[in-house]
Amino acid sequence: MEKSSSCESLGSQPAAARPPSVDSLSSASTSHSDHSAHIKSASVISSDSISTSADNFSPDLRVLRETNKLAEMEEPPLLPGENIKDMAKDVTYICPFTGAVRGTLTVTNYRLYFKSMERDPPFVLDASLGVISRVEKIGGASSRGENSYGLETVCKDIRNLRFAHKPEGRTRRSIFENLMKYAFPVSNNLPLFAFEYKEVFSENGWKLYDPLLEYRRQVLSWIHPESQATITRCSQPMVGVSGKRSKEDEKYLQAIMDSNAQSHKIFIFDARPSVNAVANKAKGGGYESEDAYQNAELVFLDIHNIHVMRESLRKLKEIVYPNIEETHWLSNLESTHWLEHIKLILAGALRIADKVESGKTSVVVHCSDGWDRTAQLTSLAMLMLDGYYRTIRGFEILVEKEWLSFGHRFQLRIGHGDKNHADADRSPVFLQFIDCVWQMTRQFPTAFEFNEYFLITILDHLYSCLFGTFLCSSEQQRGKENLLKRTVSLWSYINSQLEDFTNPLYVSYSNHVLYPVASMRHLELWVGYYIRWNPRMKPQEPIHSRYKELLAKRAELQKKVEELQREISSRSSSSSERAGSPAQCATPVQTVV
Amino acid sequence: MLGKGVGGGGGSKAPKPSFVSYVRPEEIHTNEKEVAEKEVTLHLLPGEQLLCEASTVLKCIQDDSGQHGICGKLVCTDFKIAFLGEESTLDDNEPQFKNKLIGENDITLHCVDQIYGVFDEKKKPLFGQLKKYPEKLIIHCKDLRVFHFCLRYTKEEEVKRIVSGIIHHTQAPKLLKRLFLFSYATAKQNSTATGPTHQTVMFDTIKDWHWELERTKGNIKYKAVSANEGYKVCEKLPAYFVVPVSLPEEDISCFQGRGIPIWCWSCHNGCALLKMSAFPKEQDESNLQIQKAFLDGIYKTIHNPPYETLKTEDLSNSFISLQEIQTSYSKFKQLFLIDNSSEFWDTDVKWFSLLESSNWLDIIRRCLKKAIEVIECLEVQNTNVLLIEENASDLCCIISSLVQVMMDPYCRTRFGFQSLIQKEWIMGGHCFLDRCNHLRQNDKEEVPVFLLFLDCVWQLVQQYPPAFEFTETYLTVLSDSLYIPIFSTFFFNSPYQKDANVHQRQLSLPLNPNKSSPKRGFFETDHLIKNLLGKRISKLINSSDELHDNFREFYDSWHSKIVDYHGLLLPHIEGPEIKVWAQRCLRWIPEAQILGGSPVAIMNKVLEMMEEVQSLQKKIDEKHNSLMAPPLDGLSLLRKPARLSSLFPFALLQRHSSKPVLPTNSWKTLGDEEDLAKQEDEFVDLGDV
Repeated sequence: MEKSSSCESLGSQPAAARPPSVDSLSSASTSHSDHSAHIKSASVISSDSISTSADNFSPDLRVLRETNKLAEMEEPPLLPGENIKDMAKDVTYICPFTGAVRGTLTVTNYRLYFKSMERDPPFVLDASLGVISRVEKIGGASSRGENSYGLETVCKDIRNLRFAHKPEGRTRRSIFENLMKYAFPVSNNLPLFAFEYKEVFSENGWKLYDPLLEYRRQVLSWIHPESQATITRCSQPMVGVSGKRSKEDEKYLQAIMDSNAQSHKIFIFDARPSVNAVANKAKGGGYESEDAYQNAELVFLDIHNIHVMRESLRKLKEIVYPNIEETHWLSNLESTHWLEHIKLILAGALRIADKVESGKTSVVVHCSDGWDRTAQLTSLAMLMLDGYYRTIRGFEILVEKEWLSFGHRFQLRIGHGDKNHADADRSPVFLQFIDCVWQMTRQFPTAFEFNEYFLITILDHLYSCLFGTFLCSSEQQRGKENLLKRTVSLWSYINSQLEDFTNPLYVSYSNHVLYPVASMRHLELWVGYYIRWNPRMKPQEPIHSRYKELLAKRAELQKKVEELQREISSRSSSSSERAGSPAQCATPVQTVV
Repeated sequence: MLGKGVGGGGGSKAPKPSFVSYVRPEEIHTNEKEVAEKEVTLHLLPGEQLLCEASTVLKCIQDDSGQHGICGKLVCTDFKIAFLGEESTLDDNEPQFKNKLIGENDITLHCVDQIYGVFDEKKKPLFGQLKKYPEKLIIHCKDLRVFHFCLRYTKEEEVKRIVSGIIHHTQAPKLLKRLFLFSYATAKQNSTATGPTHQTVMFDTIKDWHWELERTKGNIKYKAVSANEGYKVCEKLPAYFVVPVSLPEEDISCFQGRGIPIWCWSCHNGCALLKMSAFPKEQDESNLQIQKAFLDGIYKTIHNPPYETLKTEDLSNSFISLQEIQTSYSKFKQLFLIDNSSEFWDTDVKWFSLLESSNWLDIIRRCLKKAIEVIECLEVQNTNVLLIEENASDLCCIISSLVQVMMDPYCRTRFGFQSLIQKEWIMGGHCFLDRCNHLRQNDKEEVPVFLLFLDCVWQLVQQYPPAFEFTETYLTVLSDSLYIPIFSTFFFNSPYQKDANVHQRQLSLPLNPNKSSPKRGFFETDHLIKNLLGKRISKLINSSDELHDNFREFYDSWHSKIVDYHGLLLPHIEGPEIKVWAQRCLRWIPEAQILGGSPVAIMNKVLEMMEEVQSLQKKIDEKHNSLMAPPLDGLSLLRKPARLSSLFPFALLQRHSSKPVLPTNSWKTLGDEEDLAKQEDEFVDLGDV
């Protein structure tokens, strides 16, 4: 192996370069800009997890490592339970924004990691294998031209990664095989990384949600504290072409009506466009006929199905990655229909929330199978109606309840570790929900306890397979896999470092109903998520950090005032008579953060 | 629009009844009594005169319960159109902040953009002498408000008087001396003191220019001159301005100031931003030769040391035309002048393509980009930049002031920004009178150049709020003040015109309003540079490819660093980063109102924190008697933050109850996704998609 002199000189001071600090890692991850602290990669880096001990290497890799000091500096930090599966030096990452850069590509059982010391600061690309939906070889050994022989990975988080290998280096084949194996463990009968991840956090996120405490009836989602009006969800009722009626369904709806004393009417929201519901009736499923359900009114919300949504996201990726066409940006955005779908979901949730809040009426929400559009609608309506769900813990419980407990089929919709990228069951249903939440946080910047980074982190770990939270498709499967014992919950990670995820501007108006405006005039593409790989896009964080400074200043002054008061009261009590106890003049300023 | 019937909705729904049906004549009579009891009185400013009025007019309002009318009186004065009616203001809906001059129902005559009449449910623009009088009057304002006045129950005589009065006073050409600001100034004369001590530099004395030269360290190579004192050289230029030290002063008078490089600003490295008004197109060969020789001499002077190499930027020929700006804005504003709810939701579906086709955001992007290009020359290439335009008073003003806002943090303070407007726009001779069409003399000259500048600055403010001392609300209020004829700032074409009318024999002076306005329209492009200087100049101009690469490199490298709010500030100009100035554009539209949210929520929270910090600081300072200190109360400046909405502080809450606004139209066609839409979520095998 040849060593350039610059490698040696770099290698002679390994202590200076390793271990990389948490900061430089997080900021360097594919964003290449030092001020984008919020673009942390989908990896959890705690200070004690960075050790890259020799035990993690297979014998031949250990040889490679010892003969190449540069490669050593270009190694990834490892998580507990993570080990290196393959490593290739002299690989070129073809960055669509900053051009080709040469370095070392590493595949572990958790991530794909590329680092180059060519640039200052070092260029780092860090992606969990879970985000990869497909790996393709490009070019053959006979391919001409620079960088035309290599690999391309298509990712679920709106980016593609392209690497060029040296045809003579013979590294491509092994990287490809390892990627196919560890990025798609399910297709290879291997465990997902979540089962091997051994991190211990100060809080156990699995204990956050207790279904027995949270719900009273099987599918009751939320009950209005004053009017007792409820939001209930179900799958489509069995009606069928013959108009056969289900006595149980009808009785069930009657029971919902009876339990709400203030209204004798019930609204049934069908998430689908009415045309589709009619078509479904012919297949045996369908929608309620109003004469069968007395005092019930049926409303269609016109939200399209998972296939339309998947196609819309595909188009969106086309217009945002890697390049944005400046002059036709708006019409291109419109042609993806993405924000139009977001608008209809928000509008549907608004109708539901309005019926419950001002109509004091109970509502039943459903679509064709009850786990996709229904979950979006009920969880958004609850977020509008109940301030509890706008706190960090409340939101985590909302996800546990409306999405996990009620059985949104994450495994099916995301396809964790499954190489079948063209599976028609995949769809960005949960992503759309988080997008709608983000739109609400934009319109109500002080109403949510969490910040944008919290939402991005949830989405990153929706795909990463680092945590057990979004694995499997139902409560039953999760029990069978014993996720609670064998994996770590995402909430363990988040709740152990709440400060990173807290909105410094949060004002708790817990009993305020929030109605976002479902108009295109107020909807925006979520640049911080969909276009975050483009270094030209502006990160929002610096402004928030200024608000944080202000909060810190306030806390400091509060402390000072309290100290002074204590001092004064102790002085005054020593001089007796004064009845003013410290409790009485305690500062009325409430601390929010 | 109205032809469809009010509340027509998305076609499938039954049309909602129009507002009129909610108020029957019987009800009106009872209302009238009430109104008579607590009639709102007309507030007149000093010097303001009532011209005509009509009673039993209904102002139509849209709120959660649909449309309804408020009965009152519609009046027209020589300053404004006002509606006097009893608004149902709830106790908690009283505005905490309001415009001291213009009430909620006041429209200054200069703020009126277009007047429509409704005849048998059809909306037609109104102008000139009317044969038939409309049953409803719709007024579109330049600040984007829309008023609907129903005249169905008004006496015919009064309808005629008020409608023709409003049309005449807002649309007929006017003489400069008839501007309300003169009557106001005369009436106010005795009552006012000399005015507040300004911290805004007015640039109307040579001292102000000396001060600016010193501040920017431009005084070594540039000098303030008083050659134009008393406007003896030129009525277009200010009395005092700054030119290169080595420029012979007699050159200034050769061509009434044309062809003279005039200093705008000096950069920290000594490079300067200059502007020049070009020669008008000249047919006569011998004149051309004279001009050419003159310019050669000028360039020779400023090309030699100590002056840096010069780059010229010809804004008349290689940049946006004023006509483009005019066409674009007239499309753009229509997107916000919305007559009713169904129009709002109908346009919502195709919102992004409508926005794009107006081209307004793209024009903003091009202005910002041009400013960055100029900055790159000044900052990186160490060259002087000379902006050239026919009168150096439109695009020159935009680019030179944008460059200064981005490069000079002083211009991001309130007084600095006002001084900048004073320097570049007022003294720079921007024709506010013509560009705002205040006198209604030539619609073709009406171009929102200053508004375009404010919108560009707004983009910077929303991208970097901490870098500015002022907020977007300041900019919005500033944009409104373009149409309030009380302040003289935006009502003249040049400092000469203002001095001639304000300081001297004020009202008696017979005026020829065309005297100082440009004789020729802006549509004739000026080929001066190509004609006169030919190849020599083009050598100075970089090839566009090179320029583009330099630009990209500079832009990307700046954006890869941490932002210094007190240093150079470059805007992001990618598609998703250029946005609609929502506060200005959406503030009157009830459907777009975010109740309890929007940036105003952030502002409220930050104000609250600031007050807490300040009062805690005070407590610590007064630690000796802190036991006696009263508990903190009234912490928030804004009393009911949850009741604030995105319309704050401009419009009152238009939706009193907290019901959501629901879109009324449904899905538009999906196009090629129609097949997918028919499928079910379940049990579909699509094969390889």
